[in-house]
Amino acid sequence: MHTRQSTISRRNFIRLTGITGAGFMIGLSVAEGQGIEEVVNMSGVGESFGLTPFIIIEKSGAITIFNTKPEIGQGTFQSIPSLIAEELNLTLDMVTIKQTGGEKEFGPDQFVGGSSSVRTTYTKYRTVGAAAREMLVTAAAKMWEVPVAECTVENGKVHHLASERSAKFSELAEAASKLEVPKSPKLKDPKDFILLGKSIPRPDVPLKSSGKAVFGIDIDVPGMVYASVERCPVFGGRLVSFDDAATKKVKGVQQVISCERLFGKYRTEGVAVIADNYWAAVQGRKALKVKWDFQGKENFNSAGYAQQLRELAKTEGVVDKSIGDFDKAFAEAPNKVEAFYETPVVSHSPIEPMNCVAHWKEGNKVEIWTSTQVPGRIMGSFPKEFGIKEEDLKVNVLFNGGGFGRRLYPDYVHEAVYLSKKISKPVKLIWSREDDTQQGPFRPMTFSAMKGALGTDGKLTAFQHKVIAPSLNAARDDKYDKTKTDGTMTEGISEQAYRIPNMKNLYVWADIHIPICAWRAVTSTTLAFSHECFIDELAVKAKKDPMDFRINMLDAKSDTMRVLRKLREVSNWDKPLQKGWGRGVAQWEFFAGLAANVVEVSQNGEGVKIEKVYSVIDLGTVVNPDTVVGQVQGAVVMAITAAIKNGITFENGRTAQSNFHNNPALRINEVPPIEVFVLAEGGDKIKGVGEPGLPPLAPALCNAIFAATGKRIRTLPFNINKI
Amino acid sequence: MASITLNINNASHTIDVDPQMPLLWAIRDFVGLKGTKYGCGMSQCGACTVLLDGNPIRSCSYPVSAAAGKKIATIEGLSEKTDHPVQQAWIELQVPQCGYCQSGQIMSAVALLKKNPSPTDAQIDAAMQGNLCRCGTYPRIKTAIHRAAEIQKSQKA
Repeated sequence: MHTRQSTISRRNFIRLTGITGAGFMIGLSVAEGQGIEEVVNMSGVGESFGLTPFIIIEKSGAITIFNTKPEIGQGTFQSIPSLIAEELNLTLDMVTIKQTGGEKEFGPDQFVGGSSSVRTTYTKYRTVGAAAREMLVTAAAKMWEVPVAECTVENGKVHHLASERSAKFSELAEAASKLEVPKSPKLKDPKDFILLGKSIPRPDVPLKSSGKAVFGIDIDVPGMVYASVERCPVFGGRLVSFDDAATKKVKGVQQVISCERLFGKYRTEGVAVIADNYWAAVQGRKALKVKWDFQGKENFNSAGYAQQLRELAKTEGVVDKSIGDFDKAFAEAPNKVEAFYETPVVSHSPIEPMNCVAHWKEGNKVEIWTSTQVPGRIMGSFPKEFGIKEEDLKVNVLFNGGGFGRRLYPDYVHEAVYLSKKISKPVKLIWSREDDTQQGPFRPMTFSAMKGALGTDGKLTAFQHKVIAPSLNAARDDKYDKTKTDGTMTEGISEQAYRIPNMKNLYVWADIHIPICAWRAVTSTTLAFSHECFIDELAVKAKKDPMDFRINMLDAKSDTMRVLRKLREVSNWDKPLQKGWGRGVAQWEFFAGLAANVVEVSQNGEGVKIEKVYSVIDLGTVVNPDTVVGQVQGAVVMAITAAIKNGITFENGRTAQSNFHNNPALRINEVPPIEVFVLAEGGDKIKGVGEPGLPPLAPALCNAIFAATGKRIRTLPFNINKI
Repeated sequence: MASITLNINNASHTIDVDPQMPLLWAIRDFVGLKGTKYGCGMSQCGACTVLLDGNPIRSCSYPVSAAAGKKIATIEGLSEKTDHPVQQAWIELQVPQCGYCQSGQIMSAVALLKKNPSPTDAQIDAAMQGNLCRCGTYPRIKTAIHRAAEIQKSQKA
């Protein structure tokens, strides 16, 4: 495997306009070299023309479309280029797809998170493609002296049927690149789509079925050394000193140096073993003797912290949202329900552990090769952090071996750059699975104090969800304002479509010194559990069917109503199940989108077996239905893991788990059939794909367990074999 | 250090390594075949699965010295054109998401179908339990193994 510095010189771009807000550019450019072949399959070096920075057309005929959205398994390697290609009537086998690396001209979209890739760029990138199409057509029409309206675009050519003339994009690109960029190009009629809305095979799948896909960990550069870093096992501890005498006796070890990690507001120090190969670095690290100052943090443990959260639950907290007069309505209500829910810390554990190759070159030029969700953030923050010029930083983004939110945080990239700077060599840093499991960042736990009141007619009159949890914003920034709610920690609880006359949702901040961060579907992954299980408790108290109870609180025209009606139908909700079985429902709407699940379980000895999951996801518009089905199934699998497997706990200031044997993830034999239904019925709002299937799983499962066994689960994780 | 000769995908590679080094790192960093992945280092995730004399092993926990003289098969040796029945099925069913675990999944599936050309769901579960997929592609893996079995049969017919 070798790589060469890529790729397109952009110094020749001649004009910059802002019609799409994406940094829309047109002009002449010259391709100087190739990228990483296996990723981009880029062919041909020579004269080429840029129609916007997103499209490069070479004289040879080769067409490159740039993808701003790193592929982490969610399908952006197909979906995003398709938005551009669709408007040019190109299929993806006619183009080379190249991943951008945070370059300014590709705009602010160079990250993947929040299920935002398609929903925030759907029109923007179609507009980019449509503008290029109009420019190519205009160039052809001018050349042939025919009306633009008589020209059509197909198979990488512009055609004039009346005179039976056609010209390849590559023949038109130079003239097209000199034209004004159309301000509001006409977008295709969806009925003419050749890519969008269709289950087109993803171009990365053959690469990923043959070992040819290149992930960050697969990059080798000449002269590269390997690093493995020992970090303080106790969160918040400090490096005092280290003894590397034994380490240096390990064959292949070159040197041992301190290393800095920067995560959010935490700047910590570790010890890096630099070696000829990774195995030698790991062996050397085992022989290292490090003295840490634990700063008193060695007494921290999960049980004690949970007790702290339960105590904090007795405080009022700050108001997230208030409707009507909850206090009065609750005090006066004839039927009240109160419950307390608890959830765990969990790890992301993508199978590709954190890693990065960084090369600090002569003249303070830096090149990075890594799996990351945030090339834009790296480009935006590293030059300042390391005191280099932005134009001297090059970020190569490879396929991500899973992200799930973990790779939103480039702490491991910082480490690699730091080490390369210190030793003036290209460094490949690989976190071991143990590092990945034990060092965080983690999804934080949330505890929830729930209150609800029912009128004599069984209708919900007053509702309260009080969240007691650490703050993601406080983990990021010391200046976090504790007098206000942290919206990332109350995510979704005030956004459900239920019409409830009196509601007061609250947040109680709990301090923590352990690195925490977003996880797939963020805080909805725990809050949907408490929220939607509690709605179930209220339905039981009201003696109503849980589906009816929910539907009766919804506007007929709400998206949630549409989703639940579909779910009721496809899950056969109204057909009785066999004895010993139970079904549960839950829905969740939050910033990323909207989905609902029905889970069926059967009694199985002292526990239950998950028999079936039905999932309905509401998108408005869909780019690739087959990708959506896979994403929702994956979200369900991840949610089952988070509900029934160990999770992360802390003892003596350290993470108690270390690898997949004690921090397990769901295996193939534990996966139920998962049926996914995609609602794409139009509308202005496009919703996300990657995350929404996850939050409603745990509550639907626990509601099903209640239906089957009469046992109400209020704490995650739980043992599914012993309810 | 020791000079060790490995037979990988019917090609011979002689490398000078610590004999205790796991086969995985020899394959990746000394022979340069990157399709086999590191995931856990303790036989828990299966991302490093290769075939040793036809049997699936976790190369992250297998000393390189013990692999000398045996036939090692990695994902790269499966086919020239990504058209092994298992690969065909993987593409047809669009199995991979992030794709990182899939080399290991595919090698385990290849070993299963060699021994059992028509596995049941339960037999697939048993054979594939050692391979984690954090993206949750399991439903498609199961369908794709059944499909690969069909393709394999039609090729033999």
